[in-house]
Amino acid sequence: MDKPLPQNTDCCADKPASCACTSSQPISIQPGMPDPGQDDVCCGPPPEPASSHFERPGYELCRFVEDFVDTAVGPVPKIKTVLDRTDHAGRMAARWGINRNNYRVAPGLYCVGTPDHHAPVLVTANYKLTFDVLRRQLESISAWILVLDTRGINVWCAAGKELFSSGEVVRRVKQTGLANIVEHRRLILPQLSATGVSAHQVKKDSGFKITWGPIRSEDVPSFLQNDFKADNSMRRVTFPITERLALVPMELSHLVKPSVLVLLGIFIASGIGSSIFSLAAAWPRGLMATAAYIAGILAGALLAPLLLPWIPVRLFALKGAITGFICGIGILLIFYTTLHFWESLALLLSTTAISSYLSMNFTGSTPFTSPSGVEKEMRKAIPLQAIAVLIAVVAWIGSGFVT
Amino acid sequence: MENFRYLPGVTTLQLDTQACVGCGMCEIVCPHGVFALENKHATICDRDGCMECGACAKNCPANAIQVNPGVGCASYIIKTWIKGKDAEVQCC
Repeated sequence: MDKPLPQNTDCCADKPASCACTSSQPISIQPGMPDPGQDDVCCGPPPEPASSHFERPGYELCRFVEDFVDTAVGPVPKIKTVLDRTDHAGRMAARWGINRNNYRVAPGLYCVGTPDHHAPVLVTANYKLTFDVLRRQLESISAWILVLDTRGINVWCAAGKELFSSGEVVRRVKQTGLANIVEHRRLILPQLSATGVSAHQVKKDSGFKITWGPIRSEDVPSFLQNDFKADNSMRRVTFPITERLALVPMELSHLVKPSVLVLLGIFIASGIGSSIFSLAAAWPRGLMATAAYIAGILAGALLAPLLLPWIPVRLFALKGAITGFICGIGILLIFYTTLHFWESLALLLSTTAISSYLSMNFTGSTPFTSPSGVEKEMRKAIPLQAIAVLIAVVAWIGSGFVT
Repeated sequence: MENFRYLPGVTTLQLDTQACVGCGMCEIVCPHGVFALENKHATICDRDGCMECGACAKNCPANAIQVNPGVGCASYIIKTWIKGKDAEVQCC
């Protein structure tokens, strides 16, 4: 029997003999056509492997699931303890604020290793980043993992928002039928969830006793080995430079939208002068002001967080003012041949004020600032920042008339 | 966290030593080591280390600890100033 020949030779030009498809004339499979299960197919690369027997209509099998374990309450997904490229890519994106508010895993019961009815139960949040940092620590550990619905928010923030809460722990314990899977009645919770979870309340409502685990997931293996005991270093929050650096992209990503308005304002303010608006003035002056603005952002959202413990003052607004002032001086040195006194003053004040404001906002990302303290410093700092910006704007526009 | 100290004398933390039952839960949950157990009673050994997270008060079975918990976050506080304390404000 003759094979139908392709009418459009662009299709599968490299395999004309086996090619049977045309773009205009779809035909059904006939004898002599390649079996799609074999590698030798018409168009495109070889097909992907057949569906896994774990797949169910309407569900998507998560990449981090390697198997399912049969239990008294049905199959429980067994998860991988090694992260793959998509996990790392997802983390990087979330750090920049991309898909961050929807980066989550389904709440419920998971497991690692080969847990039995004596295995410990680790409770965590359903922010995918949290879930990933936990599971990568659990190589060669057998445990149940109870993931709460914290709306994709990390442990500490979710606890502060009453999402990682006593009620959610109790609800999830009952919904998963955990009492039928393990004989013991102990839940291990991350210590930072204590802001939202009351151990005596959970005990009363579910019969499960809470043992406070370490703050950092990297300490979980030694905590489990050490008979559920955490030493002092596991119980104290830290804020090393790597953690501070990881938060910087998020700080910067918040600034993209407001910056569009600010840059437009800079351009207009730079062009105003005795000839009402001068494009010839707006461009060079606007560039200098933009440089000062960027310097203020870098001083407040990058330098101040990185140098946090080494800037010898406690007020965040003052830490940022110091880094901002230094960067402002740098800007003046770059443009000193073209700048007048009032222009210099405007750039220096705005860089300092912007940096001070952004540094003050970094309080929300640190693990040691109290709301009472932040409010106290804001009442002093915000009026000063506002006055500085006001003087800067007046000086900048005013100098457009002088020059 | 010795390198990371915030403003002194601002925390709203209160401990009622009379009501304390000495369970030690506050000492365990505090991420800044603010509490210590002495003679089977909790004491505040580093008041200015407190960041008002509220974990101690939430886990005190005797209700001996009072604190106004919240997030020490400037943008959150600005929003509460604008919209009022009771308004639904998303912090981060």
